Amino acid sequence: MKIRGLCFRRGSQVVLHRVDMDIRRGAVTAVMGPSGTGKTTLLKLITGQLRPDAGSIEVDGEPVHTLGKSALFRLRRRMGMLFQSGALLTDLNVFDNVAYPLREHTDLNPSMLRKLVLLKLEAVGLRGARDLMPSELSGGMARRVALARAIALDPDMILYDEPFTGQDPISKGMLVTLIRQLNDAAGLTSILVSHDVDETASIADHIYVISHGEIIAQGTPQEIAADRSAWVRQFMDGLPDGPVHFHYPALPLADDLLPRGVAR
Amino acid sequence: MGKQRGIEILVGLFMAVGFVALFFLAMQVSNLSAAVNSDGYRLTARFANVGSLKARSPVSMAGVRVGRVEAVSFDKDTYEAVVTMRIDAATDTIPDDTFANIFTAGLLGEQYIALEPGGSMKYLRDGDEIAHTQSALILEQMIGQFLFSKAGGD
Amino acid sequence: MILEGLARLGRSGLGSLERIGRAHLLLAGMVLGIGEILRRPGLLIAQLFNIGVLSMLIIGVSGLFVGMVLGLQGYYVLAQFGAAESLGVMVAASLVRELGPVVTALLVAGRAGSALTAEIGLMKATEQLSGLEMMAVDPVRRILTPRFFGGVLAMPLLAAMFSAVGVLGGYFVGVGLLGVDSGSFWSQMQSKVDFHEDIVNGVIKSVVFGVVVTWIALFQGHDSVPTSEGVSRATTRSVVHAALAVLGLDFVLTALMFGE
Repeated sequence: MKIRGLCFRRGSQVVLHRVDMDIRRGAVTAVMGPSGTGKTTLLKLITGQLRPDAGSIEVDGEPVHTLGKSALFRLRRRMGMLFQSGALLTDLNVFDNVAYPLREHTDLNPSMLRKLVLLKLEAVGLRGARDLMPSELSGGMARRVALARAIALDPDMILYDEPFTGQDPISKGMLVTLIRQLNDAAGLTSILVSHDVDETASIADHIYVISHGEIIAQGTPQEIAADRSAWVRQFMDGLPDGPVHFHYPALPLADDLLPRGVAR
Repeated sequence: MGKQRGIEILVGLFMAVGFVALFFLAMQVSNLSAAVNSDGYRLTARFANVGSLKARSPVSMAGVRVGRVEAVSFDKDTYEAVVTMRIDAATDTIPDDTFANIFTAGLLGEQYIALEPGGSMKYLRDGDEIAHTQSALILEQMIGQFLFSKAGGD
Repeated sequence: MILEGLARLGRSGLGSLERIGRAHLLLAGMVLGIGEILRRPGLLIAQLFNIGVLSMLIIGVSGLFVGMVLGLQGYYVLAQFGAAESLGVMVAASLVRELGPVVTALLVAGRAGSALTAEIGLMKATEQLSGLEMMAVDPVRRILTPRFFGGVLAMPLLAAMFSAVGVLGGYFVGVGLLGVDSGSFWSQMQSKVDFHEDIVNGVIKSVVFGVVVTWIALFQGHDSVPTSEGVSRATTRSVVHAALAVLGLDFVLTALMFGE
């Protein structure tokens, strides 16, 4: 997959500015950066939910940004996506949620469908939870069900939008293992968007770090860990102050506190 | 599956009740049941002025409704209004010297045609015309005449 | 200062135009999705349940009381002119022409429209709509179209129930309690209420209201800001806009239908 000179604006605000990326088949590529730097937007552009203002996105030779609706839908059947919230359909139980894409796009008979769904659920360790409703699942379980649904159609590529956010360490560990396993077992191409440094660094083959819509560093986890630039260090090590200031831009404190500052 | 079936039954019930309500409105509340009744026979009558008589206004005899006005048209040669009425088939003994009046129900009510039977032994048939008619009383004209005669009397 | 004001005006004008455009694209998408509900009637049935069956109780109870109040009020006014027999006409005509379609539309906007907006808004906020899109399923066709046609179909049926129950309520008060003659109640009604002019026009009105109420509800949900605050605002807006649209359209439709 190739991304060249990608720009995206929302109103007058530039979300992504001249982003170039190459994502290799069969690898786990991570996109990291602080919240609000356009990581999710990037995923939406890759899947064609948004159209770029400039630049090109090619997935497997197909230019996503110019595809019509039906071609886009055909391409999406080969992509799985795991949403931040899981995005399970709340009025269907676990089994039906995983079966949904299969029922939608294939003509499997019920017994085949059942076997396939159970296999996918087994892969994420939730075969026993098939009759639960999404509201009865914990956050980690919901994400694993969503993962089972994302791989139901055996996609070539899977995109993860913040899979670790708001998870306890145990679920994080499970998800990390699952993502790596799925990638290696099925030869998937994985794109991982996250700001959880440790988990991401432990499974990614290649990392892009973006800030304010621009790529500021890239390389293997080791290269990023060795990167000396102040910004990358602040982000990777979670330092409270650095190029990104702890204080929101403001007047000097003295001016704000003294009454004459108000009178002026 | 049981839940789905319950929903289907309830939706079926909903639609049935909806259509029954529509049917009730059509048959019991509106005049559709009367309008469907297109048997009977037609009579015409000419009036100098029909006032506000309209299609579907009642035609009555001795205060009982025996038919409806089917159409009101204008004869451009005689400058008269031609009223076509449909009379119920059961009322087939209207004498041919019957008198057709346009009356008003109440002071400001709707106008209707009242038939006053004559004494002839010959009855009107389909397509016949009622020869004797009395036009609608126009309230404004009556008031005008009344004031005029009062003024003249003084 | 003046230029800034003009720019702001222009910006909000363009924003509204854009929103209107999106609303119409959504409507077109939903109407074109009709094939979907022909292929999967189950989706439509589920929505008829949500919008129709669940609104039946409130429609029935409101219809009964509106009819009874009409019977009471009408009787006292008409009795002064010695025309109490015309009570049936008054009750039936006001229900069938106006109150049935309009009050039903307002109640449905409050009962089902707000629920639709909240449902769609929440599905958007929890990324369920995006999730469907990623599964190569068009959420407009799969989620919105059945709801739209469910609303359009349910509305005239609910309005008919409202009017029918209302007429019975008026009958109960007028004939049962106030002693209007039962025969003249019905016969006057039948002679004055016209099938085409009143009943058919009333049904047309309620179909139009069904389109408008569900369209507004679904658009507000689909266009809402995907946060809990955004969804709650969209729900309020949905009811307010739907109510205003129904009342405004009612005037226009009445002028077109009953004006000569």
